[in-house]
Amino acid sequence: MITAERKPLEEIIACVAPFRKVLLVGCNECVTVCAAGGRKEVGLLASGLHMALLQQGKSVEIREHTLERQCDPEYVEELNSLIDGADAVLSMACGCGVQTIAGRYKDKPVFPAVNTKFMGASERQGVWAERCQGCGNCLLGQTGGICPIARCAKRLMNGPCGGSTKGSCEIDPDTDCAWQLIWDRLKALGLTENYVEMIPAKDWRTSIGNGPRKIIREDLAE
Amino acid sequence: MKTDSKLEKILAAGHLAVTGECGPPRGCMPDKVREKAKYLEGVVDAVNITDNQTAMVRMSSFAASVIVKQEGLNPLLQMVSRDRNRLSMQADIIGAYSLGIDTMLCLSGDHTRFGDHPMALNVHDLDSIQMIKMVKDMRDEGKFQGGAEIKGAPKMFIGAAANPFADPFELRVMRLAKKINAGADFIQTQCIFNVPKFEQWMEGVRKMGLHKKTYILAGVTPMKSVGAARFMQKRVPGMDVPQELVDRMASVPKEEQAEEGVKICVETIQRLKQVEGVSGFHIMAIEWEEKVPEICERAGLLPRPQV
Ligand code: SF4
Ligand code: SF4
Repeated sequence: MITAERKPLEEIIACVAPFRKVLLVGCNECVTVCAAGGRKEVGLLASGLHMALLQQGKSVEIREHTLERQCDPEYVEELNSLIDGADAVLSMACGCGVQTIAGRYKDKPVFPAVNTKFMGASERQGVWAERCQGCGNCLLGQTGGICPIARCAKRLMNGPCGGSTKGSCEIDPDTDCAWQLIWDRLKALGLTENYVEMIPAKDWRTSIGNGPRKIIREDLAE
Repeated sequence: MKTDSKLEKILAAGHLAVTGECGPPRGCMPDKVREKAKYLEGVVDAVNITDNQTAMVRMSSFAASVIVKQEGLNPLLQMVSRDRNRLSMQADIIGAYSLGIDTMLCLSGDHTRFGDHPMALNVHDLDSIQMIKMVKDMRDEGKFQGGAEIKGAPKMFIGAAANPFADPFELRVMRLAKKINAGADFIQTQCIFNVPKFEQWMEGVRKMGLHKKTYILAGVTPMKSVGAARFMQKRVPGMDVPQELVDRMASVPKEEQAEEGVKICVETIQRLKQVEGVSGFHIMAIEWEEKVPEICERAGLLPRPQV
């Protein structure tokens, strides 16, 4: 899923303070799961903003609404009845959701209330970690199901570097060395000969090297 | 002979090669480079010019290599994949070769987190092994990495690094094999303090016959003080400084520690000379270049052979 973290309150206040009526919009998908921008966080942020703004002697009317999926235009239509009453939109969705709203309501300023972080998985309660950088040509089959692009600090496709120490990455003892993990998995799978093959230079066109990417499914596209 | 590199000639003739290191200054001080080069003249066969080492901005390896070349020494251009993409790498390789630089070392580089620009983006378009392959294809196939033909291909003698002390140990020989398959003509190792562990690694290297496919230069570093020894032991990732060496440095008075460090370095070289498959030494006297002539002298590495 896509993970996010709420921005500091002061930064959010600076965005909304010039407006009288703000529509605060959450999302029921990833940001709900990582507890950054779901219905609950929308409520918490609304009351936090109220209090802080009151203390500053300002009054901003905040309307709350949480969409099923903010990156989906179909669901964003739900805001039609609320948008006219708002001077600005504050979105708690990931960057994709924020942009869907900006694209739909061209004359409304929209501000992000969260920092979108990475594609990750839950490691344990309250901990999420990066797992994929969407390179567009997945190597996991060769690397024992561990991603060297998202999880090696140097994106080495033929690691480990000379800094790998007792299972940890050279940058930080609390970060696993991806290549130690890959090696352990290849051993467990009896696939150590995979390691000997050099993974050739990556074609980054499937990734960030070729401008904004798009998927067009002819069978589904209207 | 694959190249005109002096280092290749020395190694091919069966001599023990000696390389040194010069870290370029953090500013426009070409005289600093000349001064460091002077200490190494006639003492080493090639001088590694580091590339933004420890992720701190310095005079470029390319520019400092040119200065060293003008002084009559043989620069060994280091290149890290951290700071440039494949276009920039190939452009620099062609430029360097056009100015008479024919020997290089392909590295991934320390992470930016360790340097003075931790906010910078790490490039890593290629990793060090893919870089080796690119330089080899430029030389042997006359092809750019993108596939087009090069008119006037650079003939680089290609080096790579190996760290026998990093984890997982069992992978370290295999990773060396990968670098050799990619095209590494010679290897410079991480500083060796733990000689038994290095010998164990070399045993694995010999078992796979890798010492016959590449030249292995054993890396050594003289310790200036017990403080430096402790720093390397505790703070430098992938460095293995045995406690007994730290204790030995601590056992002599402060003003004699530098001499003790040099003594340990010379003893290490003598021991490593006995290890089958070691083709030479890479002496990394960091900010202590003036000691290299003495170390080489005492280790019986002088005079350097003429080839
Ligand atoms: S190899 Fe690419 S697609 Fe696969 S997990 Fe890694 S970044 Fe994601
Ligand atoms: S220590 Fe491991 S994860 Fe960290 S940069 Fe090196 S190979 Fe990558």
